[in-house]
Amino acid sequence: MDRWFLRLLAASFWLAAGGSALAIAPEQIKPLAEDDFDARAQALEQIVTAGDEVAKRILEALRDERLYANKDGQILIQDGESYHDALTGALVESKTDDLQSIELNNVLREKVATGLAGLQLTAPDRSVRAQAIQTLLSSGDSILKPLIEKARSSESDPALRAELDQLWASTALRDPDPQRRKEAIGVIEQRHDPQLRLVLAPLLGKQSDGTFTESDAGVRKRIEQALASLEREEGEIQFVGTLFAGVSLGSILLLAALGLAITYGLIGVINMAHGEFLMIGAYATYCVQNLFITYWPGAFDWYLLAAVPVSFLAAAIVGLILERSVIRLLYGRPLETLLATFGVSLILIEAVRTKFGAQNVQVSNPRWMSGGITVLPELILPFNRIVIIGFALVVVLITWLVIQRTRLGLYIRAVTQNRRMAACVGIRTWQIDCYAFAFGAGIAGLGGCALSQVSNVGPDLGQSYIIDSFMAVVLGGVGQLIGTIVGALGLGILSKLIEPFWGAVLAKIAILVLIVLFIQKRPQGLFALKGRSVEV
Amino acid sequence: MKRNQFLHATLFFCTLAFTTHSLLAQNSSEPIKVGILHSLSGTMAISETSLKDVALMTIEEINNSGGVAGRKIEPIIVDPASNWPLFAEKARQLISQDKVAVVFGCWTSVSRKSVLPVFEELNGLLFYPVQYEGEEMSRNVFYTGAAPNQQAIPAVEYLMSKEGGGAKRFFLLGTDYVYPRTTNKILRAFLHSKGVQDSDINEIYTPFGHNDYQTIVNDIKKFAQAGKTAVISTINGDSNVPFYKELGNQGLKATDVPVVAFSVGEEELRGIDTKPLVGHLAAWNYFMSLKNPKNEAFKKEWAAYVSAHNLPGGDKRVTNDPMEATYVGIHMWKQAVEKAGSTDVDKVRTAVIGQTFKAPCGFTLEMDPNHHLHKPVMIGEVRPDGQFSVVWKTKEPIRAQPWSPFIPGNESKPDKVADILLPNLLDSAGLAVSGR
Repeated sequence: MDRWFLRLLAASFWLAAGGSALAIAPEQIKPLAEDDFDARAQALEQIVTAGDEVAKRILEALRDERLYANKDGQILIQDGESYHDALTGALVESKTDDLQSIELNNVLREKVATGLAGLQLTAPDRSVRAQAIQTLLSSGDSILKPLIEKARSSESDPALRAELDQLWASTALRDPDPQRRKEAIGVIEQRHDPQLRLVLAPLLGKQSDGTFTESDAGVRKRIEQALASLEREEGEIQFVGTLFAGVSLGSILLLAALGLAITYGLIGVINMAHGEFLMIGAYATYCVQNLFITYWPGAFDWYLLAAVPVSFLAAAIVGLILERSVIRLLYGRPLETLLATFGVSLILIEAVRTKFGAQNVQVSNPRWMSGGITVLPELILPFNRIVIIGFALVVVLITWLVIQRTRLGLYIRAVTQNRRMAACVGIRTWQIDCYAFAFGAGIAGLGGCALSQVSNVGPDLGQSYIIDSFMAVVLGGVGQLIGTIVGALGLGILSKLIEPFWGAVLAKIAILVLIVLFIQKRPQGLFALKGRSVEV
Repeated sequence: MKRNQFLHATLFFCTLAFTTHSLLAQNSSEPIKVGILHSLSGTMAISETSLKDVALMTIEEINNSGGVAGRKIEPIIVDPASNWPLFAEKARQLISQDKVAVVFGCWTSVSRKSVLPVFEELNGLLFYPVQYEGEEMSRNVFYTGAAPNQQAIPAVEYLMSKEGGGAKRFFLLGTDYVYPRTTNKILRAFLHSKGVQDSDINEIYTPFGHNDYQTIVNDIKKFAQAGKTAVISTINGDSNVPFYKELGNQGLKATDVPVVAFSVGEEELRGIDTKPLVGHLAAWNYFMSLKNPKNEAFKKEWAAYVSAHNLPGGDKRVTNDPMEATYVGIHMWKQAVEKAGSTDVDKVRTAVIGQTFKAPCGFTLEMDPNHHLHKPVMIGEVRPDGQFSVVWKTKEPIRAQPWSPFIPGNESKPDKVADILLPNLLDSAGLAVSGR
C-alpha cells in the first residue's frame, strides 16, 4: 500500500474527527476522467481526504462502476436511469452514448476499497463496520492509527473489538515504545494468518545505511519468534490444503473407478469404453442444464438434483445396450472384447462429437457451488469440491448397500466369486451380467455428472480418465469395494503430495512407476478376494 | 490395325481436350484456393475454431466485393485436431494435393514448428495470426501476431510499475511446450536486467489439457506471502477454464495477486463466470471493447456473419486479437496478390512487405521486412461481463523484434528476411558451406 497516501488518509480523518470537513472542488475530481495515472491517484486521495458524505457517495459510485464523465468534463453519478452531478447532487439530463464511463485499474480499485472502508469504520450498522475492518485487515499494511484508535475505543461489540485490536497491532508496529511494539507483534501472532508475514518480514530488513529497520534487538528477536511460529502454521495449513486436494482428486477417481471395479470384477473383461460412460453422464448433465435454462430458469440452481438420476439412467442404458450387443457375444474372449470395446469407445466419441459439436460445452456451477469456505485465513476450501467429496461418499454408501444388502448384490457377489458354481445353484448369470454392467455404467455416469462441475466437458472427457480408473482398480484389487476406495483415494493423495515438489507432469510419471513396481510385488492388488479362481 | 488406329485417335483427342481444358482453367476466372489449418477439435478447439470462422467471414467479405483481382477465393478447411504431427500432414496435403496458394493457420507454437519444415520444403506460404515467443524468422511465414517485445515485455513492465501494482516477485506459470518455455527464458533474462533475483522468480509448467490447479493456486498464495507477487500465465487451451475457476473459488483476488495472461482473450473467458476474476489482466494488441469506427464495423460484420450462418453461441460470440490478426493477414495477402499480379508464392512474398492496413485496433499496421507487423501494445483488465477494459496502451505501433535481445547470441541474427535468403538458396542448391 502506498504509505504516503495512507498518511494523508490518516491526517484527513483527524481533521474529519475534529469536525471540519473540506469540500471537494470540481477541478479536484476532474482528473478522474483523464488518462494520467498519477493525476487520478491524486484526485482519489483528495476525495478521501475530504471524508464527507459527498466523498462517500463518489467512492461508492466508483466501486459500483456508476461514475461517468460527460463531454464538458462534469462528473456524474448514475442512479438507476438518471444521472446526478457528483458534487451537488443536481439532476443532469444526459444521453448514455454521450457519457464516458470512469474505469479503474487494480491499484486504484484497492485505493477506493480502502478509502471507503476507512470511512465506514464508525458506521452505525454493525455488519458494515465488520466488513470495513475485514477490508482494512486484508489489505495488509495500514497506518490509520487515529481513526482505528477512535473506533477501538468506541466499539461495544466484543468480536469486532478483537478484530480492531488486530488492526491496531499492525499500526502499532511503528510505535516509539518497544514494549508496545512487542505487544503488537504478540497480537498479530494470535491471528494465525501467514499472510501477515508480509507485514513482519520487512521489519527485519536492513535500510540503505546498514542499520535494521527495527532498531531494538529485543523486538527483533520477538519478530523472529513470531515469524517462526507463523511459518510452522503455514506448513500445517499447506499440509491440510494438500490433503484436501488429494481427497478431492481421489473422490473423482473413485467415482470413475467404482463402476469399472464392478464390471471388471464381475465379468473380467477390460472395458475400454468405460471413460465414455463418464462422458455420457457429463453430457446428460449438460442437456438437463439446457432444459432448465429453457423451461424453468428460476429453478436453475437445482438442476443438479434432476441431473443426477438422468445421468445415471443415460449411462446405464448405454451400458446395457453395449453389454447385450457386444460383450455377451464375446464372452470368454478377453482380447477380442478389449478391441471391440475400444472400437465402441471411438464410435461413442464420434457420435457425441457429431451431435454436440467437437468443442467443449459449458456446464455452469449452480450458485451454491461457487466460492468456498474460509476455514482459516489462508485456507479456502471450494464448495464444488466439498460437494463432490460428499457426493462420492453417498454413491459409495449406496453401492455398498446394493452389493451387501440386496438380492441383486448377493447374486453379483456370488457370480464374482465363482461363476460356474453360482450357475449350478440356479443363478441366471447372464441376467446378473446385464444388471451389474448397467449398474457399473450408471455409477460412471454419476461420476461424469460430478466431473462436469469441476472440469471441461468435451467429447474427449473420458480419454483422460480411463487410464486413471484402471490404475485405481488394479492398485486396489478387484472384488471388494474397499479396494477401489483405498486405491482411488490413495492415488489422489499420493499424486497431490508429490506435485508441489516435482510438478504435475513428473508426479504423474512417478505414480505410474510406483504402480508398476507395486504390481511386480503384488499382482492381485491391495485387497484381493481370497480364493479367487482363475477363469479361462 | 483399325482398332489400333481407333485407340490412337481416342488417346490423341483426350489429351488434346485435357490440355486445352487445363490451359483454359489457369485463366483468370478460376477461384483461388486457400487453406485454413486450425484445430476444430481437441484441447485447442476452444481457441482456434473462431479463427476458422473469422477467416471464412473475411473470405466471404472479399468475394462479395469482387474477389482478388476478379477471382473468387475458395477456402479448403482441414481439422488437425490439436494433434501436432497431424498439422504437418494436413499442411502437406493442402500444399501438394489441394494446391492452395496460401495457408492461414496454426495457434500453438508447437503446431507452427511442426509445419515449418513442410512449408520451407514445398515453398508454401503461411500466415500465422497468434502471439508467440519469437526466435524464428522464415521466408515462408508471415507473423501477424505479437513477438515478445510487443506483448510479454511491456506487460511485465506494467506489472512492475506503480500503476500496475509494483510487483516484486513473479510466478511464471505455463503449459509445457516451446512457447511458454522460451517466453519464460526471455522474461527471466529481462527480470534479471531489472534487478529481480532468481529467488523471486518461480517457474511452473503443466501438461496440455491439465485441469487440476488446486496445488498450484496454493503455491501461488504461499509464494505471495514473501512479497507483492504477480502471476504471468502462458497457459494455453481449455486448461485456462479450470485454472480461472480455481482462482475464483479459492478467493485469490486481482488486487492481491494480479494474473496477466498472454493466451487468454474474450473467447477463452466466454465459458467462465468472470465475476470473481475482475481485475485480472491480459496483454494483447487488440480488444473487443476498443471504441473506433473500424472496430465497430468489424464487430458488426462478425455479428451479422454469426447470425447468418447460425454459428453456435449466437449473440454471445466475441472478437479477439488472433481473429483481428487473421482478418488483417487475409487482407494483406489479397493486397499483395493484386500488387504482384499473381498468386505465385515467390512473387507474393515480396509484395506483402510494406503493405499497410487500417486495422480494427484503431491503428494502421505495416508489414515489416522482417515478416512481422508493427503492432500497438494494450493491457486490459477483465470486467464482470467478460470484456476487457484497456488500462494502458502505447501511443504508436511498435516494430517487432523476433530475435529477442535478452537471449545471448541473438546479436548476430539477421534483422530482416532478405538477409537470410542467401544461405537458404545455397542449401537448396546443394552448395551448402562445409562445416554446417
